[in-house]
Amino acid sequence: MTNLLEIEDLSVGFRTPRGNLQAVRNATLTLAPGESIGIVGESGSGKTVLSRAVMGLLPSTATRTGSIVYQGREISDLPRDEVRDLWGTGMAMIFQDPMTALNPTRRIGSQLSESLVVRLKMDKGAARQKSVELLRRVRIPDPEGMLRKFPYQLSGGMRQRIMIAIAVSCGPELLFADEPTTALDVTVQAQVLELLDELRAENNTAMVLVTHDLGVVAGHTDKIAVMYAGDVVEYAPTKRLYASMKMPYTEALLNSIPRLETPTGSRLPVIEGRLPDPTKEVAGCAFADRCPYVSEKCRAEKPPLMDAGDGHLYRCWFPIGGVN
Amino acid sequence: MAGSGKAHLRPTDDRVLVVEDLTVEFRISRDKIVKAVSGVSLDLVRGETLAIVGESGCGKSTLGKAVLQIPKPTSGSVNFLGKELTELKGDTLRDMRPAMQMIFQDPISSLDPRLTVSETLAEPLRVWNKGTETEIQAKIDDLLVNVNLDPSVVRDRRSYEFSGGQCQRISIARALALEPTMIICDEPVSALDVSVQAQILNLLQDMKDRYGLTLIFISHDLAVVKAVSTRVMVMYLGKVCEVADPDSVYQRTRHHYTKALVGSVPIPDPTRKPTGNLIQGEPPSPMNPPSGCRFRTRCAAASEQCAAEEPQLREVAPGHFVACHHPIEV
Repeated sequence: MTNLLEIEDLSVGFRTPRGNLQAVRNATLTLAPGESIGIVGESGSGKTVLSRAVMGLLPSTATRTGSIVYQGREISDLPRDEVRDLWGTGMAMIFQDPMTALNPTRRIGSQLSESLVVRLKMDKGAARQKSVELLRRVRIPDPEGMLRKFPYQLSGGMRQRIMIAIAVSCGPELLFADEPTTALDVTVQAQVLELLDELRAENNTAMVLVTHDLGVVAGHTDKIAVMYAGDVVEYAPTKRLYASMKMPYTEALLNSIPRLETPTGSRLPVIEGRLPDPTKEVAGCAFADRCPYVSEKCRAEKPPLMDAGDGHLYRCWFPIGGVN
Repeated sequence: MAGSGKAHLRPTDDRVLVVEDLTVEFRISRDKIVKAVSGVSLDLVRGETLAIVGESGCGKSTLGKAVLQIPKPTSGSVNFLGKELTELKGDTLRDMRPAMQMIFQDPISSLDPRLTVSETLAEPLRVWNKGTETEIQAKIDDLLVNVNLDPSVVRDRRSYEFSGGQCQRISIARALALEPTMIICDEPVSALDVSVQAQILNLLQDMKDRYGLTLIFISHDLAVVKAVSTRVMVMYLGKVCEVADPDSVYQRTRHHYTKALVGSVPIPDPTRKPTGNLIQGEPPSPMNPPSGCRFRTRCAAASEQCAAEEPQLREVAPGHFVACHHPIEV
């Protein structure tokens, strides 16, 4: 099967007054049509920058190396207007904050039909009809009435549904969802994730789901890339990752999730400390200072990406369960 | 669900806070009134952590603020440390404020961006004349150490230089400065990364033990409150559904709405499928709530009785209260 997306050796840095900030280092990932990948990490791990780099949404202060091949075509060096041609029909993005991602001065109907008119060359009537259909698909009650509303009249969950309707309106091959449920209640989060699964199954859409929560990606992805301080530190099929994770960081991230089974009054396992300063290069493993299994080798030498078989890669000298 | 009643109140002498029949209404136009909180009663025994759980718009934050009289509730009584807060005004109400503090959801916007950390913490101490300037500065260092921040590093920085988790630590230090009896935490971790959430939850536990605090912990996520609370109160559309200790709420859930909340918590295990108890849609408008039980429009077990008659809170097991005509059998 040919891949829809192949990212190879992608690095992204930003020029800042304090020096070069390396946000993503040599990331290599692939995604087949209809497949879904979770990119997981803490704030500042580079997960959002990685997805924005693929979409061509990096600011002008960014420096990028490496290759991004989309449908067999190198897109990392395309001029801006050719990248734009891919948006909507090829790649689309659902942004994190549904409160600010919609234009507050325009009605839902006009924001929803915009891409239909521009991309799919629909006339106004057809675009309106399609908009109503899309709103119905994302389970908005009274879709006709919704077209006349402004974003401020809607709850966060409703707005996120509108964002999803806009993102899927032109039938994209690849959907980026950047923390699509972080701003939402757990009940609405569960509904939105279920909706995304349904829409993807219908059109065989591939998805990149960016999140800090290993609980969210577990039931909704085929494979997962865990990022830490700009590096992909573990990369594996979802089931395999949860069954036999290799990275102490992934384990710590999983353990810190509050669960219903947690005994009352108990202390939650935490990851002490914080990410290293991204403007400074770390000699060894970037997680060394926070890792419970750290040894001298970790501080001296950065571990390479190692292969545990079955498409399971990790970056650790002393992986959980040992080296196989 | 969505019931009234006071069966869950505990008439002991050790109560810090007793709220009875609290109602908060907001008039949004001449003939439109939003009933954010409708006749909620609760009590808080010294040293306990009461979690108030529900979706956006269920009135949980409004309830927390109404306890602090910001704004004053429309009706009902709030008795804090033996004083009826709803009857206090001006200076007499102000005198109660050091004993009741609040920690807000958004850690970054709840700190003044123009003040340094030491100024932020000094403000309440100066306003309440808590010692000389030297004593105040020593107290600030003490507070920062308690919330695991290094005073020599953070003292002179401003909020924008910190991460969300660090800002929340500063907010906690600020709330502790006047040595309150009770702190109301309004979604203190929902804006934070999972890894940082755990740190802040543990810190709140530590501070509770060290300062002998009584806490109200407001959250939409049942999993978050599980570790920290001693009693859980589930709210829906301004009413109380279920009150019990955390283990009973999760293991012997009686209310259909609580069941849906439990089923919505993501499970970090790809081999386990969600329980399939998802509720659809969103709560109805609090301007025009359904008759009888307010949850009936989204409830699978709803009957005619639910539309006609509002369920009252009743005890279904020792310490476990539910407001439902057809509670789940366990």
